[in-house]
Amino acid sequence: MATVRLSFSPAPVHVRTARLVGVAVARRAGVAEELLDEVRLAIGEACTRAVALHNQYGLPDLVTVEMSDSEAYAVRVIDHAPIEASVGLAKLPPDELAAESLTDEALTTGVGFALLAGFVDDLQVRPVEDGPGTEVRMVWPVQRR
Amino acid sequence: MELSLATRTVAEHTVLEVGGEVDVYTAPRLRERLVELVDAGARNVIVDLAGVDFLDSTGLGVLVGAMKRLRVANGTFGLVCSKEPLLKIFRITALDQVFPIYPSIEAATGDGDGSGLTS
Repeated sequence: MATVRLSFSPAPVHVRTARLVGVAVARRAGVAEELLDEVRLAIGEACTRAVALHNQYGLPDLVTVEMSDSEAYAVRVIDHAPIEASVGLAKLPPDELAAESLTDEALTTGVGFALLAGFVDDLQVRPVEDGPGTEVRMVWPVQRR
Repeated sequence: MELSLATRTVAEHTVLEVGGEVDVYTAPRLRERLVELVDAGARNVIVDLAGVDFLDSTGLGVLVGAMKRLRVANGTFGLVCSKEPLLKIFRITALDQVFPIYPSIEAATGDGDGSGLTS
């Protein structure tokens, strides 16, 4: 089993780095080429969400991305924001997406979750085991090498 | 790839050509440019996504924001996009039901056949 762990300060500029590393490890792990765009987008969305939460709560703590390829390619994106911030993740219907009353933040959160749910078949969002925070866990199949 | 932004005018439409990656880091620059265009009087805005190779929820949020601003100003807003991976993003988020999406600039501006954006 190979594991790669990346931790970064919650700044938007580092999300691109996380995407690049995530896709590089996915390719190495044997994820099918046609899934790599989805892997890139999903890791980016999960990291964007974590960075937004840390900034919202003024948390300087590092965001962690852990990638492993034991049987499938599993990626965990871990934040340390209060757990209640994760409540209310929901896909928005079209008439609400363009509503004037919807804030930019709520729109981006709803759209981001729709992308995660739409692109990742095996997706779990759960509390971290120690302290505050949420873990977004995504799994993709790998081809036999 | 870095974000690139270029503006041109086509048949009374302001076309913003976007290239590169539109994500949580670069989307604020796209928002800034769209606000500048509307503030400068642009009312029929088309965002051409032909050169975009990555678009995330932050970028989508910026596009919705621009559409809302133009709606308030009695303007029009449309997207040009023919790349399947990006179109899939619009379908998954249901934003394909929110934005007018055209396969080409000609289709978006109507270019003689009257099918383009109208005020």
